[in-house]
Amino acid sequence: MDFLNALILLLNYIFVPALAYGSQLAIGAIFVTLIYGILRFANFATGDMMSFGTMVAILFTWYFQSMGLTLGFFPTALLAIPFAILFMGLYMLIIDKFVFKYYRLNKSPPVQLAMVSIGVMFVTQAVVRIIIGPSDRRFFDGEKFLIRANEFKEMTGLNEGLAIKSTQVITIAVTIILVSTLFWFLNKTKTGKSMRAYSDNEDLALLSGIDPKKIVMITWMIAAILATIGGVLYGLDKSFKPFTYFNNMLPIFAAAIVGGIGNPFGAFLGGYVIAFSEILLTYAYKKFFMYVLPESMEPDGLIQLLSTDYKFAVSFSILVIVLLYRPSGIFKGKIL
Amino acid sequence: MRKNLNVIAAYSIMMGLIILVGIFQSWNIALSIFNLCLISAVMTMGANIQWGYAGLINFGIMGFTALGGLAAVLISVNPVQEAWSAGGTNILLSLFLIIGIVLAVRFVLKRYQKSKIRNYVIGAIIISGIIIIRFVSEPGIEAIEKVNPARTGFLGGLGLPIIFSWIVGAFFAGGLAFVIGKVALGLRADYLAIATLLISEIVIAIIKHEDWLTRGVKNVIGLKRPAPYEVNLQQTDWFINLVEKFNSGKLALISDLSERQAALNQFVIEGSSVFVKLCYSGLFLVVVIILLILTQKALYSPWGRMMRAIRDNEEAANAMGKNVVKQHLLIFVLGSAIVGIAGAMLVTQDGLFTPGSYRPLRYTFLIWVMVIIGGSGNNFGAILGGFVVWFLWIEAAPIGLYLINLTTSGLEDTHFLKVHLIESVPYFRFLMMGIGLLLIMRYRPKGILPEKIEIK
Repeated sequence: MDFLNALILLLNYIFVPALAYGSQLAIGAIFVTLIYGILRFANFATGDMMSFGTMVAILFTWYFQSMGLTLGFFPTALLAIPFAILFMGLYMLIIDKFVFKYYRLNKSPPVQLAMVSIGVMFVTQAVVRIIIGPSDRRFFDGEKFLIRANEFKEMTGLNEGLAIKSTQVITIAVTIILVSTLFWFLNKTKTGKSMRAYSDNEDLALLSGIDPKKIVMITWMIAAILATIGGVLYGLDKSFKPFTYFNNMLPIFAAAIVGGIGNPFGAFLGGYVIAFSEILLTYAYKKFFMYVLPESMEPDGLIQLLSTDYKFAVSFSILVIVLLYRPSGIFKGKIL
Repeated sequence: MRKNLNVIAAYSIMMGLIILVGIFQSWNIALSIFNLCLISAVMTMGANIQWGYAGLINFGIMGFTALGGLAAVLISVNPVQEAWSAGGTNILLSLFLIIGIVLAVRFVLKRYQKSKIRNYVIGAIIISGIIIIRFVSEPGIEAIEKVNPARTGFLGGLGLPIIFSWIVGAFFAGGLAFVIGKVALGLRADYLAIATLLISEIVIAIIKHEDWLTRGVKNVIGLKRPAPYEVNLQQTDWFINLVEKFNSGKLALISDLSERQAALNQFVIEGSSVFVKLCYSGLFLVVVIILLILTQKALYSPWGRMMRAIRDNEEAANAMGKNVVKQHLLIFVLGSAIVGIAGAMLVTQDGLFTPGSYRPLRYTFLIWVMVIIGGSGNNFGAILGGFVVWFLWIEAAPIGLYLINLTTSGLEDTHFLKVHLIESVPYFRFLMMGIGLLLIMRYRPKGILPEKIEIK
């Protein structure tokens, strides 16, 4: 019984939250990695592009809510996602046309494109803050919990409750659908294959008649889908605040590099690596040991490896270690 | 003279703008803008010798700035005796343990061949070391943080004049840069950018949460000043006389004696804060000029030429027998040390240390915007960039407000769009920075004052 309790404890406080957080990071990391692989620059506007997409989704959510249109059990934001993706895609194509295209055609070094993306970051941040303001916003509606902690306790008769938020389930489900579709697209369809070819060797791809304009446009569209969905999922699970989204760029970068930048599957797993290590290293295991160990050996301290304040620091340290010992990432990305 | 005409013109326009602010807003605002411009200029000089001279991207400027600020605290605050006696020994012991770990790792690295076992041994040393340190330091940290937590709760500093911290800050930042450089300089440009960005976040996390050292988010306020206090100035005779002489024309117009006294008091209060700011400006100006002379000398020295050679073609420079790795490390340390000076100057000027205020946007990306806009590789350009961008950063809100009022003049004052826009005026500075950066990168990629290499 104690063992079951300990297991539920870990499930409740580590596994489920880390899985949800990891999915959110994974989507962002695939976004970074796609841009890096095909457009060949580190996009410092990642977090702000995600916040732009989320902002549009929130505006649509409010609009739908004001019309009395809700999804009942599900949050209304899910309905708003397709519209937000349209706007996001438009925004990205506009940015590409007026900003990135020039440097791409001139074959500027990646560093210059990264600098330009900082300009885009500033502009996007300003636009988001001017339109929706800098404050914290919750836009979640619908049923909050799938399983409540006390319901679970009653059902199973255990001491520990397992609470599963509906946003966590939605996050994981959407991630599975999105990522598997994306991998199917990249590996099985002709367009996807040509994208991978372009990423692998641009000149060779051009020689075999692949249209770079089309590749770039499709990349931005996929990026729009990933940015919007990733942002909305994060916002539903936690809350929407432009500054947090900007900060999220950092663990997302860490995930992309840990997984091997330019490699979508690596980025996907990298998200979970970052999320799990963040939560595993900063969780206080006191209660867990109280269940597992006999009473005489109960710990007095919190048994916490690192204080929760260092959550971000954990993922960055992992990144530094990976960069040192395996610079191409765990799952072999592009050459460094 | 002719060659430098654009430099002189650009700087005159900049000074003119600041003087205009002084005339139309107030000299107080103008001087505080000017002071922060000077600090920004020091930061941009640091970033410029890394990026402009050597082509290294350092997105960790925020971390070095914060370390400089930390130096200001550790140098100037009086030591807290109680805290030292409560937990000082534990902290010192942990410090020795850290040194011991570093030495042990170095020993293993030097003594044994590269192998898997060596990696595991190093890992084991570090992990067991961390565990031991936690056991040693924890009681000490708790004891220190319990000592009068509302006012101190940390070890305090050395109680020296704060000016020394400018040098110590440079050493702190340089030391960190040495470690980061050893770890990360082998990476390709954009990876280096991301790695330094993340490492600087780690530095901030440590400064924010190690309360025993820095008071963390509780902030350290009321730091010592290298300049006189306004309150004291207002009671000194020579200062009052000076203000009286300065404003004698205006005072003479007032006939009533008590009114004249009141006016004089007003002038003294305003004058005192202007005077204090002028003191800071003088100090900062000295730093900027010294650094400018040094960096200019370095730029035109054989060493500067070598750095440019390395920047423009690493392989060729390497083939000519230049030690690229060593030079990169050197310039990374030097540039970061300059940023550290700026960090200490910033805290000195504010008189308080607020770890929560270090954010990458303000302390890393904005500095980069300054370098790019000003002109990388050209010290005068970098300084100008610091001035222009900081000036716009502050004045963006008034300019934005003016533009909004102009464009929405057809709307009523209560129209929701106008109200909303006016509320979001502070964010127009981001817009202005972003658009400025994009325009400069597109149409004048070398910055306002481009790099000019002349053989002397």
